[in-house]
Amino acid sequence: MNIDLFFQYIVAGVTYGAIYAVVAIGFNIIYNATGIINFAQGEFVMLGGMTAVTLHHFLPLYAAIIAAVVITTAVGGLIEILFIRWLRRPSVLRVIIITIGLSIIIREAAMHIWGEGVRALPYFTGTSVTSVRLGGVFISPQVLWVAGITALMVAALNIFFGHTLTGRQMRACSANQQAARLCGVNAGNMVTLSFMLSAAIGALGGCIVSPITYVQYDSGTPLAIKGFTVAILGGLGNSFAAVAAGLVLGILESFSIWVLPAAYKDVVSISVLLIILFLRPSGIFGSAETARLKEF
Amino acid sequence: MRIVRFLAVMLLFAAVTVTPAAAKDTIKVGALLAVTGPASFLGAPEAKTLEMMTDEINKRGGIMGKKIELIIKDTGASPEKALSFAKQLIEEDKVLAIIGPSTTGETMKIKNLAEEGNTILLSCAAAEVIVNPVAKYVFKTPQNDSFAVIKIFDEMKKMKISKIAVLSSNTGFGQAGKVQIEKLAPEHHIQIVSNEVYDKSATDLTAEVTKAKASGAQALLNWSIEPAQSIVIKNARQIGFKGRIFQSHGFGNIKYVAAAGPAAEGVIFPAGRLLVADVLPANNPQKSVLMSYKRDYERKFKEDASTFGGHAYDAMTILTRAIEKAHSTDSAAVRNAIETLKGVVGTGGIFNFSPQDHNGLSMDSFVMLTVRKGKFAILGN
Repeated sequence: MNIDLFFQYIVAGVTYGAIYAVVAIGFNIIYNATGIINFAQGEFVMLGGMTAVTLHHFLPLYAAIIAAVVITTAVGGLIEILFIRWLRRPSVLRVIIITIGLSIIIREAAMHIWGEGVRALPYFTGTSVTSVRLGGVFISPQVLWVAGITALMVAALNIFFGHTLTGRQMRACSANQQAARLCGVNAGNMVTLSFMLSAAIGALGGCIVSPITYVQYDSGTPLAIKGFTVAILGGLGNSFAAVAAGLVLGILESFSIWVLPAAYKDVVSISVLLIILFLRPSGIFGSAETARLKEF
Repeated sequence: MRIVRFLAVMLLFAAVTVTPAAAKDTIKVGALLAVTGPASFLGAPEAKTLEMMTDEINKRGGIMGKKIELIIKDTGASPEKALSFAKQLIEEDKVLAIIGPSTTGETMKIKNLAEEGNTILLSCAAAEVIVNPVAKYVFKTPQNDSFAVIKIFDEMKKMKISKIAVLSSNTGFGQAGKVQIEKLAPEHHIQIVSNEVYDKSATDLTAEVTKAKASGAQALLNWSIEPAQSIVIKNARQIGFKGRIFQSHGFGNIKYVAAAGPAAEGVIFPAGRLLVADVLPANNPQKSVLMSYKRDYERKFKEDASTFGGHAYDAMTILTRAIEKAHSTDSAAVRNAIETLKGVVGTGGIFNFSPQDHNGLSMDSFVMLTVRKGKFAILGN
């Protein structure tokens, strides 16, 4: 294998990894605030992409993306207020099942609104055939957009959760909701906020990956499965870990195609997930100690 | 209490099974179509086409004075769902014929069921295995995939292409195509230097096309029906693959061209003449059928007609012709009548059925098309 080919596989892996990471980060935010997994996360990604494509008919690209993120954020908030907030004892299992139900409802609604067609936003830079050439390696500029925006998102989230009052209140709710309440944190609002934030992240992710992956009413689920795998692989709740795990998985998948038939790509990623779950249930970067204290 | 509930349930069941017997003066036609799910761009236009045709036929007074009762079931392209809906259509609804399923995998799953239930099956899926070996009650309207492969190989020979990379999706259509490609390549002096199967829900195929490019192939041949076929060409051009890209007849939906953008330019694929109906010469025997279907469909649904809807159009046309010819709604009589139909002009070509040929189309039902400025055009014109 020559060196160009080697780097071309790396680039392919980075493309996969960046897409997975964007979705995984959304899972982490709600987990950080509530300790639950929101299985409608993939649908937020789909909603963001779909809304942006529709709005792009009469708005410039950046405005369409901003508006799509705002709309999806509102949907995320509404979902929490309508379906989760009024639960008296929101056990983890119950909320998870509710989110699975919601994901089905959102998917069906999307099918009725947009039909079954495949859509995509235009490439942010250039067209579907443009690529940046580095030596003998070709990269689509959209991959650079995805990687760049993901990096910014992770940095911003890290500052938010580590250094702002609201961010810390959110984490407090996840650690111990009762104690957080006693300290004067409005736990209910924090959960709503986390749904809005993860909807926003999901929608933005949906917009930036849509030129590469396309978006369809049911494209949320496969993305959510990969995103969830990556979130677990990295260790739930940690956005840096999600990016790292996304890249590890993406590059592994990409190199698996070099040695194995392409059909085994998913076998490789699922095997990696199983091995990690057996050996390090808290994820590659997660701490076993904290994992033991969590409910899920 | 429990007994009362049990009786209530039994009564409900009885009510369900009794009702269909009441309607006797209609011709029941079932349809198993992937209206939603990964093959929705096949199933959705098929369902719309059937609804449109049924309305039209019933408005004219039906066939032999009997109205058509169309029962469409959405399989979501799942073979398991197709199987249970097929059972329902055959055993409970007692339909005369089933149009569909949309995909090869689903069709193969219910082939035996239709055969045992003496129910005519007019599949809208392409793979040759559906009608070869011939099953008494099973027919199909799309052109054989082996014809598509031969057409493509002929074109490659003209372009002096001998080394190709093959990509296919892990669906019934992809795998049946792959088998034909592997079988027919040696006799056409085509060497397959790379042969990869990818998942039908793949969202990026950069690594797959990298492998294909590294194999030194002069051309890429992709065989799938999912959005992945747009992704393949996009990724191939992004990594700087300069050779020709060929697609299967599954590429016949302009939405894929739109989705792939400039990457779709110059893609070559075989297809029925529907996509180029406007530019066909007036003396082409299919011209009037194609234009009238296209006009009706586009006026009614405000979207471009695709070859897939055309497969359902052909299935319904063949069924109604056979019923008229047999002058009966007995499934055995109608089945026999289909085998004697000759020269039926459809959207996919001109159908000449026989007891050995349950597809009825010939090689010239395909034309080689390409994409020019975001539109389908006849190759070489």
